[in-house]
Amino acid sequence: MTTYQIAALGRGGARWSRLRRLTRGRGVLVVACAVVAVAVLAALFAPLLAPYDPDAVDPAAVYQGSSAAHWLGTDDTGRDILSRLLYGARPSLLAPAAVTLTAGLGGTVLAVSAAWLGGWYDRLVSALLDIVFGFPGLVLAVVAAAVFGAGLQVAVVTLSLAYLPYIGRVVRSAALRERNLPYVSALRMLGMSGRRICLRHLTPNLLPLVLVQVATSFGYALLDVAAFSFIGLGAQPPTAEWGLMVANGSTGILAGRAEQSLYAGAVIVVFVIACSLLGGGLSRQLLGDDR
Amino acid sequence: MTGSPPLLVVDDLRVDLPTRDGMRRVIHRADLTVPAGTAVALVGESGSGKSMTARAVLRLLPSRARTTGSVRFDGSEVTTLGAAGLRRLRAHDVAMVFQDPRAHINPVRTVGDFLTEALITTRGVRPRAAEAKVTALLREVGIADASRRMRQRPPELSGGLLQRVMITAALAGEPRLLIADEPTTALDVTTQAEVMAIIDEARAERGLAMLFITHDLALAAAVCDRIAVMYAGGVVEELPARHLHERAAHPYTRALLASRPDPAATAEPLRAVPGRPLSAFETGPGCAFAPRCAHAQDLCHTERPSLSPAGEGLAACHFPAADARVTPQPGARSTPHGR
Repeated sequence: MTTYQIAALGRGGARWSRLRRLTRGRGVLVVACAVVAVAVLAALFAPLLAPYDPDAVDPAAVYQGSSAAHWLGTDDTGRDILSRLLYGARPSLLAPAAVTLTAGLGGTVLAVSAAWLGGWYDRLVSALLDIVFGFPGLVLAVVAAAVFGAGLQVAVVTLSLAYLPYIGRVVRSAALRERNLPYVSALRMLGMSGRRICLRHLTPNLLPLVLVQVATSFGYALLDVAAFSFIGLGAQPPTAEWGLMVANGSTGILAGRAEQSLYAGAVIVVFVIACSLLGGGLSRQLLGDDR
Repeated sequence: MTGSPPLLVVDDLRVDLPTRDGMRRVIHRADLTVPAGTAVALVGESGSGKSMTARAVLRLLPSRARTTGSVRFDGSEVTTLGAAGLRRLRAHDVAMVFQDPRAHINPVRTVGDFLTEALITTRGVRPRAAEAKVTALLREVGIADASRRMRQRPPELSGGLLQRVMITAALAGEPRLLIADEPTTALDVTTQAEVMAIIDEARAERGLAMLFITHDLALAAAVCDRIAVMYAGGVVEELPARHLHERAAHPYTRALLASRPDPAATAEPLRAVPGRPLSAFETGPGCAFAPRCAHAQDLCHTERPSLSPAGEGLAACHFPAADARVTPQPGARSTPHGR
């Protein structure tokens, strides 16, 4: 073995031991990470992984159980359920991602500006956040669907609005606390502008909290998007989407074919639990609290 | 003092802070003068309004605080200054060293970022030049491995080192007035003396004026030219530091001096100023110290005295004491510690 190879081995060994140290005692978190990673990879590589076209109807293969040809069976029109679950990961993940990122960004901008500027602006923003907070997302979705029509985009916009106060309220109270920390007055004393202090010091220091909030909300947003699709306010047929698949499968249940609803439901449940665990883990790592 | 016009004049400053029970007065009458190049100590117990006065001077009070009276820096009024003017004043003319450096430096940014950011953003110094300047300053305040420290973050530094960083930040702006708010209180005893020496030396070298806030009478007398004593939100006496022990005229100052412990005698119990210190909002129409004063007469309870010449300085007292040396009583109690 050359010294170069030994050195390379040493580096590799160090990397592995670091990984071991990082994961020790966090088995649940590792599994949660893996679940999320698998879902994301499925969404990214659905065309490569899926054995069938998710929308290909096959009248000759309706309601088939698991087989070598269709691992998870087929639905009421003979579409391959596994392929639909893989392709379904795309809208099912993208929609809540859009929701939490929009709510995270909007909530942070509103919350930090309100906490920093104070006065009537803060009172106005707080009141608006409280008002939106008072409406269940589902009620908002029904109203939005009535006005703009049902669809995934409308659902995403509505949910972004509904999630705004969840992030905004938490970030605002943290920003208020941060604003009163002594280092902020020390920066003022150095003659720095309020804008710079707010944008370059206060906001970056709040980002770990925002990240935790976004991560924690992601699972719930996914559940809500699925629920919207389930009641017909989100993704529309024939889109492959997890919530819609649960709804679609309901006709099969009567025929004794519950597979579609079961599989799609199980995927949603597993993913939401993984997200929740991941959010908690991030919170412990970044904020050091044990919620 | 000297014939030069005073750098900082605080005239009849009154400050009210919002509390749950409405506005509450915390400073009821602060008069203070800091001539250029002079060190003035502001001494008093906890809650006497020392720090509040300093914060009012720099407009660092909570936004809903109400301030009346006048604060003039180099002839121009500070209380009515706009945002830009205030930034200019803070960036160029007045710097502050805070009590707890760990709380007053953003823990997430490196020491170098903290030190150079203000220079770069408020006075347009190029990053390289700013870095060179603060590195040199860090060496001057006794940090040998300055360039390594610049890359570290505050949690990696000890309290004493961080206070040196804070002093460096204050000096980097080349101010004319340094406000030091109990700069050594949060440090351990051995570091205190070092940090105090650094401040004193830097001040002397640059001819800086200083407003030094402390509860330590002996330290105040040692490093400052003049001493202003605060009680219950007002300045009650102002006199040259060298006359503190012999010529203090206000009964409160004398009581404080008398309550210092005498290291030579240990057997006697410590002697305290009787009663408890009042807050500014608790004071009646008369002298704030009257309820605790051994020499109080009827007039003291009905009419508030204002600062007028007494002894070698000014005293807010109807019956200032004639010259008499105040000796520490055997085993007397030390000055109440404050923040």
